[in-house]
Amino acid sequence: MEAVLFFLAAIGALGGAVGVVSMRNPFYGVLALIVHLFSLAVLFLLLTSAFVAAAQVVVYAGAVMVLYVFVVAYVGGDTESAWEPIPGQRFLAPLLGAALFIELSIAVLASSLLALGTHGPDVNPGFGDPAAIGRLLLERFLIPFEASSILLLLAAVGAVVLANRKRQETSS
Amino acid sequence: MNIEWYIVLSSLLFAVGAMGILIRRSPVVILLCLELMLNAGNLALVAFSRMVGNQQGQIFAIVVMVVAACEVVVGLGLIVAIFRRKLPLDVDSLRELRG
Repeated sequence: MEAVLFFLAAIGALGGAVGVVSMRNPFYGVLALIVHLFSLAVLFLLLTSAFVAAAQVVVYAGAVMVLYVFVVAYVGGDTESAWEPIPGQRFLAPLLGAALFIELSIAVLASSLLALGTHGPDVNPGFGDPAAIGRLLLERFLIPFEASSILLLLAAVGAVVLANRKRQETSS
Repeated sequence: MNIEWYIVLSSLLFAVGAMGILIRRSPVVILLCLELMLNAGNLALVAFSRMVGNQQGQIFAIVVMVVAACEVVVGLGLIVAIFRRKLPLDVDSLRELRG
């Protein structure tokens, strides 16, 4: 059962990723990324990390993707020109991607991590649920938690300043 | 399922995302491919966290999600600013900063 779920989610994640890369219309790319993110949430659930899976669905597939859909609808589905600044870029890039995958696979499979071939240790039922993650975030990792909140605030202010620049120039 | 499968899947997704960044020229799609790479990293982090039976990797994954959200907000703000200046949305045309 677990293997079936894993392979279904893996096919969904991989198909979504290939869809993002290959769709010509950015709107379909965003939809493919949503499929990818939901499949990744299933994988996170299989790895007994319920809170990360829930955050993935709520934050990514919910909020971030809505932002993408709005911007793609505003900017419009532009079509890329066929002009290539680097000759043969479309053939070189998949080769480089394959080389990167082979290199990463060699690095993983040749590593001396013996636990890679196991299911991982048996964990208690509370592993990765919101209560455990919340306790870690508010006790041991309080400073990174607060720092990330400041980072989010800075990013929001920066985005408003960036998107508002033209109106300021015309008014001044 | 063994942890190996998750790690290999994560490296495959990372390679697909990197390939997308190399191929595509629309800034929106490049941001989408960056999301793919960040999510592949998240999958590896959560898989390693399960491998050692320790939840700290999941905290790391959540922080990566926060950073990804910030990157999306700033990146999409840049794209909207480029669009409102009537510049072409093509990373090869926007080469004023090139030496």
